Amino acid sequence: MITTQRSPTSGGGLQSPRSPPSQIPFLSVSVTDPAKMGNGVQAYISYKVITKTNFPEYQGPEKIVIRRYTDFVWLRDRLFEKYKGIFIPPLPEKSTVEKFRFSAEFIEMRRQALHTFVNRIALHHELQQSEDLRTFLQADEQTMERARSQDTGIFKKKPSDLMQIFRDVQSKVSDVVLGKEKPVEETNPEYEKLKRYIFELEDHLAEAQKHAYRLVKRHRELGQSLADFGKAIKLLGACEGDALGTAFSELGAKSEMLSVKLQREAQHILMNFEEPLKDYVRAVQSIKGTIAERANAFRQQCELAEAIKLKEIDLNKLRLIRSEKMLDAEHELGELKADGEEATRRFETIVRLMNEEIVRFQDQKTQDMGLAFHEFAKGQARLANGIADAWRSLLPKLDSLSVS
Amino acid sequence: MMGFENQGIEEARLYASPEEMESLVLNDDDTNNNVNGNGNGNEKIPSSRSNGDSNQQHNHHPLSSPLPFAEIPTTDDDDPLLSSSSPNRNPNSLNSFLEPPSYADAVFRSFDGDHGKQINGHGGVSTSSPSSSSDYLKISVTDPQKDQDLNNSLVPGGNTFMTYLITTWTNLPEFNGTEFSVRRRFKDVVTLSDRLSDSYRGYFIPLRPDKSVVESQVMQKQEFVEQRRMALEKYLRKLALHPVIRKSEELRVFLQVQGKLPLMKTTDVASRMLDGAVKLPKQLFGESVVSAAVDPNDVSQPAKGGRDLLRMFKELRQSVTNDWGGTKPPVVEEDKEFLEKRNKLQDFEMELSNVSQQAESLVKAQQDIGETLGQLGLAFVKLTKFESEEAFFESQRVRVADMKNVATSSVKASRLYRELNAQTVRHLDKLHEYLGVMLAVNNAYADRSNALLTVQTLLSELANLSNRIEKLEAAASKIFGGDRSRVRKIEELKETMRVTDEAKNCAVREYERIRENNKNELERLDKERHDDFFGMLKGFVVNQAGYAEKMANVWETVANETSGYAKST
Repeated sequence: MITTQRSPTSGGGLQSPRSPPSQIPFLSVSVTDPAKMGNGVQAYISYKVITKTNFPEYQGPEKIVIRRYTDFVWLRDRLFEKYKGIFIPPLPEKSTVEKFRFSAEFIEMRRQALHTFVNRIALHHELQQSEDLRTFLQADEQTMERARSQDTGIFKKKPSDLMQIFRDVQSKVSDVVLGKEKPVEETNPEYEKLKRYIFELEDHLAEAQKHAYRLVKRHRELGQSLADFGKAIKLLGACEGDALGTAFSELGAKSEMLSVKLQREAQHILMNFEEPLKDYVRAVQSIKGTIAERANAFRQQCELAEAIKLKEIDLNKLRLIRSEKMLDAEHELGELKADGEEATRRFETIVRLMNEEIVRFQDQKTQDMGLAFHEFAKGQARLANGIADAWRSLLPKLDSLSVS
Repeated sequence: MMGFENQGIEEARLYASPEEMESLVLNDDDTNNNVNGNGNGNEKIPSSRSNGDSNQQHNHHPLSSPLPFAEIPTTDDDDPLLSSSSPNRNPNSLNSFLEPPSYADAVFRSFDGDHGKQINGHGGVSTSSPSSSSDYLKISVTDPQKDQDLNNSLVPGGNTFMTYLITTWTNLPEFNGTEFSVRRRFKDVVTLSDRLSDSYRGYFIPLRPDKSVVESQVMQKQEFVEQRRMALEKYLRKLALHPVIRKSEELRVFLQVQGKLPLMKTTDVASRMLDGAVKLPKQLFGESVVSAAVDPNDVSQPAKGGRDLLRMFKELRQSVTNDWGGTKPPVVEEDKEFLEKRNKLQDFEMELSNVSQQAESLVKAQQDIGETLGQLGLAFVKLTKFESEEAFFESQRVRVADMKNVATSSVKASRLYRELNAQTVRHLDKLHEYLGVMLAVNNAYADRSNALLTVQTLLSELANLSNRIEKLEAAASKIFGGDRSRVRKIEELKETMRVTDEAKNCAVREYERIRENNKNELERLDKERHDDFFGMLKGFVVNQAGYAEKMANVWETVANETSGYAKST
């Protein structure tokens, strides 16, 4: 049940001329205009977030707010808490290298990733209903800041906790693989397979992404070599003179021209091929988080089931001796049973959601990667044709010069 | 985990690791996959590639075996004995992934047609000289073997050295025969080189390969021997290309005379003494001994270090006078044209060196990008295998198909880059070659300077002697009745002056001769350089264009097949 997507750049207002009647609900968001705010150590980048929607829950058809990276992180954390079982779209990483933080390339890559992030949420039939999303898209800056700072304690999962969970899940997976018995673990073979798949997939994808990134660098390096080579050959031509000198100069000029093409292609590969791969890796990592949540829920359910059993035994004992603690115990049992049902319900919801999500995920990734492959191939073909044309156009000139 | 390591590969081994890729060949390509040797290659050889076709640079070589299938009509190894023994030749392993050779050839034929001969680097056949079609002098260096010098070894079993089999095919009349072989060691090559330098002053003589500093220890290594063999072959072939030197007696003797090389190591005076020659030229004893045994023509030999001490000393003094003295030297290098030319060549050499460096960087960058494409392809291949094993969903299968497409294309592109690079290296190698030529040119100019210096020295001598005679005559005339000792001295000096004058004339003739050689060689160089560089440029450009075209085709196919995913804007 994917909502129809209206492109963010379509004309202002609720509908474009060709649109069906306004009953079709839509929510589209764009993240634009990165701007550096503040100075020195406190400096950060802010983004303009433009929302266009006809959802009744929203304040109006269009809203523009200013958000920074930590706001996006807040949104993601809230969604992760509230919508267990759903693969929350991934966020771009925090930058660890200081001087890279404000480079144009990094900022653009991040902006694009944030844009994709919010739009995926807006497209998801459940996530798009989120109240936190509404807050994120509409609230003024003070409210946003308040919401962010309130988000401590029980709601905010510290990264270290998450890491611990990941490690637990990983060790559980490897334990199962090694045949070790662990007390609370799903014994669903299909699910085991899925977990293994996700973990291995991350490795493979990371490798591919690494090489994709290297390829970007190689294009840049080749571009630089061609530029240097062209310059040197031009100098040689200058001291040679005559026909040969001209030939050298022409070749040098062509070489320099191609260097530019290579730099452009490097950028294209970075944005349209390497980034989608990185995004894929992040998505898989996000799924690992969901896997951890499911393990938690399962464990809780099991623990409660255990506790109920014990309580029942307890109760029977108390019944036998007609203790006055019996009533309390019955009451407690009742509570535990309610909790148990709640835990079971939560767990089953996660399972159900995950099953839907995995289908959606695979579909989405096929689309995303298909597009990435297409762009990559297109770029490479364009580059190769440019190179072939450039060199070919030089040949008649060379021919005429060589006989002159 | 990767296994696709390509570090530190020399050009000959650029194709070393397609095995990894072969082993990951995906199912539908298996039927085409032939990793081994020439077997399948023959069917795919296009019709124009029969032996004896004049378009094939190497196939009219008498000894060549039918070349294994090659995509590009030129190969690195001129030596037929080598080309058949390289099983890892790129062409065979390409078959599985690339289009049939005829397509690739078609692309190149359209460009290569008449450039074929020029693009080919150093063939033994002289292609640039006008009278090339009929005469040939082809040399190959093969079969290194260890040998022992039994006579001079103080240590039993010591003093081993390598010999190489040098085979010549020729129809030049200077040689008695059309095909012959000798065994030579590196020392012999040094001798040949030295003798040529002596006899052909003023010529641009190709430089011989370097000696190795730690020769005997390095000798054992297979690689070193192979490198040296290649270098020797290259050197001899360059000599064979030089229009004057190819006809020299020294070269002929080296190539043809069996047994010990009968060339003298040097014209070193002391060596001659050691060898039993008794003649003691004037240089050793100074001018006071007027000996009829002095051959004025000795001045036409360059002064050899260590022995012609007095001559060296005098010439050094002269050169200092030239540089620092206020007086103009007796004969000045007046040839403005020559000076201009030389300066221009120096500039050329500097820029050439720069280009050569950048060319190396370019080659490295091309190699790197090819490597990375290959690694990317491999990573996707592995991913494809992984996903297809685990595929639950139809969307996964679709993705697998797309990915496989990209993977194989990346691998193809990677191989194309490697081929491109191999060709690029061959073409741009001309730059390195000419750096070597510039060294030869510098040597030739040095010959000229030295000869000029000799002339200047002798002129100074003459002036000096003349002064002394004048002074003595003036002094003698004052004494009534003559001064017996002085008169005798004057006679001696006059005789010395006569000899010196003859020597000076020889020196001048020699200098003029060298100047003439320089001039002719410069003309030859200009012409050859023009042809060689145009050939290089064209070859380079054709190469780049051709491979870019191929790569464009590979990627266009993928782009078309994935066009369904394109964003509809």
